[in-house]
Amino acid sequence: MAYTLPRLPYSYDALEPHFDKETMEIHHSRHHQTYVNSLNAALEGSELSSLAVDEVITKLDQVPAEKRTAVRNHGGGHSNHSFFWKNLKTGTTLSGDLKAAIENGFGGFENFQQQFEKAATTVFGSGWAWLVKTDGGLKIVTTHNQDSPLMGEAVAGTSGFPIIGLDVWEHAYYLKYRNKRPDYIKAYWEVVNWDEASARFTQSG
Amino acid sequence: MSMTLLKTGALRSALRASAPTASKRAALTLTTTRGKATLPDLPYDYAALEPTINGKIMELHHSKHHQTYVTSYNTASDKMQEALHNGDVQTQIATLPLLNFHGGGHTNHSLFWENLAPKNQGGGEPPSGALAKSIDDHFGSLEKMKEKFNTALAGIQGSGWAWLVQDSQTGALQIKTYANQDPVVGQFHPVLGIDAWEHAYYLQYENRKAEYFKNIWEVINWKAADKRFT
Repeated sequence: MAYTLPRLPYSYDALEPHFDKETMEIHHSRHHQTYVNSLNAALEGSELSSLAVDEVITKLDQVPAEKRTAVRNHGGGHSNHSFFWKNLKTGTTLSGDLKAAIENGFGGFENFQQQFEKAATTVFGSGWAWLVKTDGGLKIVTTHNQDSPLMGEAVAGTSGFPIIGLDVWEHAYYLKYRNKRPDYIKAYWEVVNWDEASARFTQSG
Repeated sequence: MSMTLLKTGALRSALRASAPTASKRAALTLTTTRGKATLPDLPYDYAALEPTINGKIMELHHSKHHQTYVTSYNTASDKMQEALHNGDVQTQIATLPLLNFHGGGHTNHSLFWENLAPKNQGGGEPPSGALAKSIDDHFGSLEKMKEKFNTALAGIQGSGWAWLVQDSQTGALQIKTYANQDPVVGQFHPVLGIDAWEHAYYLQYENRKAEYFKNIWEVINWKAADKRFT
């Protein structure tokens, strides 16, 4: 079974002016497509390719050593970006259980925002910032390159079920925001899909 | 998220590097004013490397990205000096990654501007003398070295640099990649570096990084590399 690029649930300009059309198009049709192509190449002939990508990236130790880095990078890229497109939508509102959990867990929504922004800003180089659900409650974590919290602590340095996530690779924001990553991070709050986040929060039990 | 822990030897070199030092080879002297790191001037205009690297990229890369490394390095350096003065070991250790990242960023970019040049200032002209011979000895030819270098660049995941480095112990040349802004320190010293961070090419090349890696050799300043080679 080959991995395929998921279609966006919206058009490339749907998140304007916050996330620009050009970036969305290049990000989806070229960067994410490349992760998909490279993952297919890395897992060609492997039984693991019958698994969903979110499962493959939890089983990196079963990948032959010479393919492991490729599967980590490209599988992580495919998983992260598939999640990311669904994580974006304008006009949603944080409410219900997730809102309560965030307010309780972080001492208010503003505190949560500040902490998330700080985490996203201070990633050195390429990576992601996440709000994850763990046994110990909601946490803000970061991962390097295309690592996912789903990969677990031993691989990614952190773990948890992603509720929201923000790509801070330069390709995610450079065309519109140039070097101003903090402006991009602020814009994220206009496009984060709280409906999807709530569904994931409820689903994760 | 993985952190790069800096050994104390590298920390001392990093702090020393903020002051001009005499040295046997033409080592990089980071520009400073009254002990503070400063952004070095480019030896050419922002548009001088066109069409290889456009003026908009050069301007952002130098006046924004590199400037931020300089400013942040100074902040981290102040914090470290205070923590050293107070014997506050925990703060010292917590500040190491910031010194590594921003000090590395300042070092790497200072070297980078020097090893780029417009064609009318020698950009793209092949190396000569001892460096040229060493490249032939270690890689077979300049073209083979470039192929290997570009393969290394293409293999970088996320942000990082590829360097032609010289082993201080053996004198041998090697191609090495470094993640994020990790500087070339310790056993190896830098001869020639190419920035593979997306900000180095994205506005012009978008995701077509192989094209950027292929083209940048047109503006590589081998004269600067010659001076770094012993």
